[in-house]
Amino acid sequence: MSILDLQKPVSRIAEERRLPGGERELTVDVRTQDVEINMGPQHPATHGVMKVLLRADGEVCTGAQPHLGFLHRCAEKIGEKLEWLQFLPYTDRYDYLAAMNNNHGYSLAVEKVLGIEVPRRAQMLRTICVELNRIGSHLIAFGTYGLDLGAFTPFLYMFREREWMMALFEKICGARLTYSYLRIGGVYNDAPPGWLSELERFCDVFDAKWVEYRDLLMLNKIFVQRTANVGIVPPAMALDFGLTGPLLRGSGVDFDLRRDLPYELYGEIARDGAFTVPFGTGEKGTVGDCWDRTYVRVMEMREAVKIVRWCLDHIAPGPIIADLPKVLKMPPGQAYVGIENPRGELGHFVISDGGRVPVRVRVRGPSFTNVAVLEAILPGSFIADVIAILGSIDVVMGETDR
Amino acid sequence: MIAYLAPLPAAAAIAASADGGMNAVAELLPRLLPGDPPVWAVFVLAALVSVAIAVAIVALVALFGTWLERKVSGHIQCRFGPMRVGWHGWLQPVADGVKLLLKEDLIPTGSDRVLFVIAPALVLGCLFAAMTAYPIAPGFFFADIELGIFFIVAMTSVTTIGVIMAGWSSNSKWSLYGAMREAAQVVAYEVPLGIALLVPLMVAGSFDLIEVSQRQEGLLGLDWFIFRNPFMLPAFVLFFTAILAETKRAPFDLPETESELVAGFMTEYSGLRWAFFFMEEYAAMFLYCIVGAVFFFGGFASPLTWAAAEVFGTGGIVHNLAAAGTLLLKGFAGVFLMMWVRWTLPRVRIDQVMTMGYKYLTPLSLLCVLGAGVWEVVVADLWRG
Repeated sequence: MSILDLQKPVSRIAEERRLPGGERELTVDVRTQDVEINMGPQHPATHGVMKVLLRADGEVCTGAQPHLGFLHRCAEKIGEKLEWLQFLPYTDRYDYLAAMNNNHGYSLAVEKVLGIEVPRRAQMLRTICVELNRIGSHLIAFGTYGLDLGAFTPFLYMFREREWMMALFEKICGARLTYSYLRIGGVYNDAPPGWLSELERFCDVFDAKWVEYRDLLMLNKIFVQRTANVGIVPPAMALDFGLTGPLLRGSGVDFDLRRDLPYELYGEIARDGAFTVPFGTGEKGTVGDCWDRTYVRVMEMREAVKIVRWCLDHIAPGPIIADLPKVLKMPPGQAYVGIENPRGELGHFVISDGGRVPVRVRVRGPSFTNVAVLEAILPGSFIADVIAILGSIDVVMGETDR
Repeated sequence: MIAYLAPLPAAAAIAASADGGMNAVAELLPRLLPGDPPVWAVFVLAALVSVAIAVAIVALVALFGTWLERKVSGHIQCRFGPMRVGWHGWLQPVADGVKLLLKEDLIPTGSDRVLFVIAPALVLGCLFAAMTAYPIAPGFFFADIELGIFFIVAMTSVTTIGVIMAGWSSNSKWSLYGAMREAAQVVAYEVPLGIALLVPLMVAGSFDLIEVSQRQEGLLGLDWFIFRNPFMLPAFVLFFTAILAETKRAPFDLPETESELVAGFMTEYSGLRWAFFFMEEYAAMFLYCIVGAVFFFGGFASPLTWAAAEVFGTGGIVHNLAAAGTLLLKGFAGVFLMMWVRWTLPRVRIDQVMTMGYKYLTPLSLLCVLGAGVWEVVVADLWRG
């Protein structure tokens, strides 16, 4: 069966008139059917195993429906079967591009139930690692976005800096992708000798490279043409869909959990004015277009470097983990902690009944919420724009499906 | 014409029978064959030998092109590219070729088998045909076609039909999208390509690639058309943009857009059939760059060719070798430029491609033709007195 058989155009005669002289004039109502096309789950632009069912009229998309669940790994159910500390490595695996941030969210939630104080040096190391991982995650988001739009080279440049970032993580915790470095009560390991000075060097180099990436890709004429005025999410729509993170800020809503609902050191850092929250202004097109969202990510990388520098200035020797027993004795209670993950608000809601295992570990993934907006903004755009919009949403399928 | 070979009876007869344009192989063969062969046998043999040479050239250009692409992209991207197979990976294309030969040759269910099989052959076949107009050296060519550039443009346009066939017959929606984009894009860009080529054609007054090239041998072999009038450079930029679109190269690689249409019309192809499309792409790039070199950058003319002609005499074997090397170098310089563009720029969208083709390139190329014409007729005459 060929494509043509699948969509037989249904045409009918709408009007028939007899003209004088025996001739007939027919008005035919020619109907064509839209093409239904599966984008994914094996498609290079869906960044993993997402499927978007597209309906397209030629090059124009008339409807879209994201399908999730191809990477479901029962993360939350596993959380109800393992001890508190044992679940930590599983948090690495849902948003594998920002494993530190996931560790952070889970640890903070458990610490809130425990009601313990984390040593200051541990908090510093946590903030450093979380912000470094934010840089790494945004580098991937920005690099693969360029890749989606056909610019292959910046992607590899960005991997060069990400590689250094991963080498830094390898030195501090031994892992390159799934760190489990942030533990309940502190961090697993102190920074090895020379690590902090290498980090300072990284910050200097990254600042220089950042300018290069912005000029090479972000301000590239073709890139701007492809992303400006594409996939517009107005501020009201962003709030309606519960978008968080760069998507929300890209739509011009100035909201960042780190500043507005501060956790750990962020309140202090924000009071010091060490970082600002970038948000979309519609500089190249309309507020909330793909360019704005991407620019928020690019700006956030620089803000993350500022936070790392603040930590480097304030870090002092001290203990790195609170004194806790190997098997946690949790008091009964529950806690919700939402943190600013590179993709938005990553919330952990944990319930303890005082036993060895949690009653419930509920995860609120930012990608899962953000991906919902696709259905609203994809119709009416070109097939090529579908890729641009998908990339600007920056989903990690490991986290939407968990 | 091979001036450095002493004329032989059969060769003379053949030369007399062929009116004007001649195949160098047909001239060369009577010298190599024993006895006095009949004229028709020489022609048939010459055709076969020419085909073999054309196939070899396309294959070699594609092999070298893929290697060059990997090396260029690698070095642009702070990596090495292939390094394992041979010195700096120069045998990598051969290894890939062997791999592709051994791969399973899939024809998807539900596909139009006949079209699916014909498509890559048609694409490559048309390119072989276009290759016959490639002037290897002033004294060595397959066919001295008077309307050479027409022939090349016409033949490479036919490859589009092959691409559309491939997309249509694959029974894949992504492939169909690729094919439709190819059709739209090539139609849009054929026009500015042809009009931009009119500018040097008006100046040269000939469609024959060898003759055009001869018009540009001046002082030190640097009397290239690109320096001839102020409308030549814009015309070349338009031409270059158009050939990027014609050969489906980034930023106009919409028919195969890796990240959108998976691989567009090539999605369902595997093994040798896929390699055919690949070879076509690189050979087409090379051929168009040769056209650009001949019409804008002096063709065979260069200080090297000029010196060779001065020292060893025009038409001698050294002069021919120098000319062939010059053109090859210019061709691959163009190919390098195309690769550089590919690994630097993002891809444009289909509507932007169309807008650019119809709204900007076509009027601009017409403007170039007008400007160049006025310049040649009025200003240049005044200048030269």
